[in-house]
Amino acid sequence: MFNSPLDGAEIRKDFPIFAKTMRGGGRLVYLDSGATSQKPRSVLDAERYFYENHNAAVHRGSHLLAEEASEAYEGARAIVAGFLSANIDEIIFTKSATEGINLIAYSFGNSAPSSQFALKPGDRIVVSEMEHHANLIPWQQLAKRTGAELVWFPITLEGRLDTSALDSLINERAKVVAITHQSNVLGTINPLTQIVDRAHAVGSVVVLDACQSVPHFGIDVKTLGVDFLVFSGHKALGPTGIGVLWGRADLLEEMEPFLTGGSMIESVTMSDATWASVPRKFEAGVPNMAGAVGLGAALTYLDKLGMDNVEAHERALTEYALKKFTELNGVTIIGPKDSAMRGSVLSFTIDGIHPHDAGQVLDQYGIAVRTGHHCAWPLMRKFGIAGTTRASFYIYNDSADIDALIDGIAATQKYFKV
Amino acid sequence: MELDSLYQEVILDHYRKPAHKALVANPTKQVHHVNPSCGDEITLNLHMNGNLVADVSWDGVGCSISQASTSIMTDLMIGKSVDEAMLVLNEFTELMQSKGTLTGNEEILDDAVALAGVSKFPARIKCALLGWMAFKDAVSQSQLGK
Repeated sequence: MFNSPLDGAEIRKDFPIFAKTMRGGGRLVYLDSGATSQKPRSVLDAERYFYENHNAAVHRGSHLLAEEASEAYEGARAIVAGFLSANIDEIIFTKSATEGINLIAYSFGNSAPSSQFALKPGDRIVVSEMEHHANLIPWQQLAKRTGAELVWFPITLEGRLDTSALDSLINERAKVVAITHQSNVLGTINPLTQIVDRAHAVGSVVVLDACQSVPHFGIDVKTLGVDFLVFSGHKALGPTGIGVLWGRADLLEEMEPFLTGGSMIESVTMSDATWASVPRKFEAGVPNMAGAVGLGAALTYLDKLGMDNVEAHERALTEYALKKFTELNGVTIIGPKDSAMRGSVLSFTIDGIHPHDAGQVLDQYGIAVRTGHHCAWPLMRKFGIAGTTRASFYIYNDSADIDALIDGIAATQKYFKV
Repeated sequence: MELDSLYQEVILDHYRKPAHKALVANPTKQVHHVNPSCGDEITLNLHMNGNLVADVSWDGVGCSISQASTSIMTDLMIGKSVDEAMLVLNEFTELMQSKGTLTGNEEILDDAVALAGVSKFPARIKCALLGWMAFKDAVSQSQLGK
C-alpha cells in the first residue's frame, strides 16, 4: 500500500521542530513544505559553526578568518554546483529565487539596445498561466518598461500546460520564455523539452523557476537544456535569505549587472567602474555567508538521502494521498489526479468550506497546510475559485501524516456540518 | 475545544445566512476591498441619507469569519448616524486588537461580541475586519464630498 525507500518518522528525528506540541496538544503534521521546508539539525549547526568559528567578510582581508570564511562560502558554491551538475562559476548566490528572477529581468532591461538581451516593442516574453507571482510580475513589469509583449501558455482544466499553440506563442519575436518546472499550486511538472527546443530555435532564452523541483528530484542543468534556473534555499531544507541563480556561463558573461556596489567591481574611479568576472559581478555587497553555508549543509543532507530516494518517497506519498482522497466526499483536487508528471503538491477545495476555515480546523489537529491563492492569483481566477487548501509533502512526511490529513478533512466537514 | 471560541454558533449562523448580501443599486458610494494575503474580496454599497447610514449592502467571497463579520456589521450600522457608526467601529477594532483580553461590550457591539475569539488568532483578524474597513472607507469617501 505505502512503499517508500525512506522512513519519514525516522527522518523527523533530524529536525528539532518536530518535537513541538501543537495547538490541539498533538504532534506537528507539517504539510506546508511547498511554502518552506523545515530545517535539519545539520543545517542549523552549520550556520552556528560558521559564526562561531569562521565569521569574517568574504573575499577581503588578509587574516585567517577572512580566508576561512571565503573558503566556507566558496565551498558552499561548489556543493550547489555539484548538486545541479553545473560549473562552479555559473552559480550565483541571491537572497531568494525572487531576487534571481529579478536579477535576470533587470539585467536584460539594463542592456544596451544592441545587446542580444535588449527588449523592444514587439518582442515577446512568454510565461504560463500557472506561474507563481515571482515568475510573473518581474516579466510583466519588464514588458511594461520595454514595450515588449507578455504572452502566456494557458492551462487545461486538468491543470496541465496547454502546449497546442506552442509554435505561435513562442514565435520569432520571443526573447524570453520563463516557466515553472513544477507548479506550486497544481503539482504539475511541465514538459520542458519541446519548449526549450522551440525557444532555442527562435533564439529565445529559457528561464526555469525550479523552486518546486530542485528540492524534490534530481536536476542536471546540462541535460535540462534551459539557460537559467533559480531556486530558493529555504524550500530545500536550507535557511531563509539564500537563493541560487544558475545561468549558462556564456550568457552570464555578456549580461549587465543588476545590483551594483562593493565586491562586484574590477576597477573603480569616481566617474566609472568595470565589473568583476562572473559570479562576483552579480553578488554586490557582503553576501549571506552563513546562509550559503547552511544551504550547502542542506544539499549535503539531501545528497546523503539520495535524490532518487527523495523522488520515490514523494511519489509514494502522492500516490497514497491521491488514492485516499477518492474516499472523501465533497472534496475536489485542483490539478492532475494521476501521479504521472506530477509532484507532491496537492491542492483541493471542500464543498461549502472556505480554505481559511479548513486550514483553521486542521490546525487544531496540528496539521499545517497552506490556504489561499498561493501567490498564483491568475490561476485561481482560471479555475473560478477564491483559493484552495494545499498539502505539500516532503522527506519527513509519511503515510500517517496523510491519514491525519484525511481524518482532519472529515472532521472539518463534520465541524461545519457540510 | 479552542476552536469553538473562534467559531461561535452565531458566527456560523451569519455565515450560512448572511444579512444584506445583495448589492442595492444606486449607492452613495461603492467600494471594493481585497485581502491580498488570502484573495478574499468584498464589494460594499453604502446609501447615505444626510448624516444617516440608510443602507449597507454587499457581495463577495470569503471565509466564515469575514462573511459573518460583514453580515453582523451591516445589521449594526444601518440606521446609525456617522458618529454612532464610527463609535461602534472603533469599539470593534479595539476588540479585534485585544489578543483575547477583551470580551466586548454587548450593548455597543451586539452579535459582534461573538467575534471576540478571533483576536486570539492573529491570522484571522484581517478576515474579521475586511467588511468593517470597507464600510469605514465608504463612509469616509462619502464624507469627503461634503
